[in-house]
Amino acid sequence: MPGTVALTLNGESRSFDPPPSGKLSVLGLLGLLELDMRKVAVELNEEIVPRSVYAETWLSSGDSLEIVHFIGGG
Amino acid sequence: MDGHIAGEDTWTVAGRTFRSRLIVGTGRYKDLEETAAAIEASGAEIVTVAVRRVNLSDPKAPMLQDYVDPKKITYLPNTAGCFTAREAVRTLRLAREAGGWNLVKLEVLGPAPLLYPDMPGTFEAAAELIKDGFEVMVYCADDPLAAVRLQEMGCVAIMPLGAPIGSGLGLQNPAMLSMIKENVTVPFVVDAGIGTASDAAIAMELGCDAVLLNSAIAHAKNPVIMAKAMKHAVEAGRLAHLAGRMPRRMGADPSSPLSGLIR
Repeated sequence: MPGTVALTLNGESRSFDPPPSGKLSVLGLLGLLELDMRKVAVELNEEIVPRSVYAETWLSSGDSLEIVHFIGGG
Repeated sequence: MDGHIAGEDTWTVAGRTFRSRLIVGTGRYKDLEETAAAIEASGAEIVTVAVRRVNLSDPKAPMLQDYVDPKKITYLPNTAGCFTAREAVRTLRLAREAGGWNLVKLEVLGPAPLLYPDMPGTFEAAAELIKDGFEVMVYCADDPLAAVRLQEMGCVAIMPLGAPIGSGLGLQNPAMLSMIKENVTVPFVVDAGIGTASDAAIAMELGCDAVLLNSAIAHAKNPVIMAKAMKHAVEAGRLAHLAGRMPRRMGADPSSPLSGLIR
């Protein structure tokens, strides 16, 4: 589908419609996923994305992201 | 001899000072409510946590932070499940971004069923992490040379196993732990192998600065009561260490006077 952004998210293929501005940022993606950005960390193509640049880190088709959080562990 | 310890009995790792000498894991509990109750009962001020993928199909699922407040309890991110240095370093970089903490627990493991510390991988990851500004508390083999080398590299705590992770076998190596402790000046923590309260007390009697455990509480029939037992065991073991145990002797030494007996 033209215009959609095809990503690999935590190992799964997912497609997203970008916002009216035409570009999808990490911040925008977290919003679409309804995730609390204060509780997660994001890796884009195996590079950490600092929280401070979520809004201006743009995603394009083919990007691979890992979105992680803390869970119980020993 | 008034029975009081001079000053408060605290320990310090990487500049952070703690009263509790019990570090507990947050894994393998029935649910997050039980996790929170057990941590509360244990009195622990540091908990280990794992870093995993968010379940994207259920973004509103309760998260650990909702039950264990990272503002009150120090989160110590671990690298459980990492079998290479690269995986461990990547995991802890994500943890630092998720929580903003430099203090981490490094473990690079060998294959199941032992999950024994992979020391070449551990050295490699420790070097990379220290270079990147992390303060590394390191899970390691009970190897005196490795312990000293990790300390020289800049690890902030040396944490050898007492027995394999989750085995609950208790300390299989108390003599070796004591000998390693002699050559370590940073905090020395027994990590893994504790099965019940007496094991934790023994670790503290040996002079360890703290004990790290998870399954011994989480897999007890009643985790919250076991958490309380562990709190007391660690405190008792610590006090016994400070008090200094009596010498062992091969034979009896009567406690009651032998004079004044009726005849």
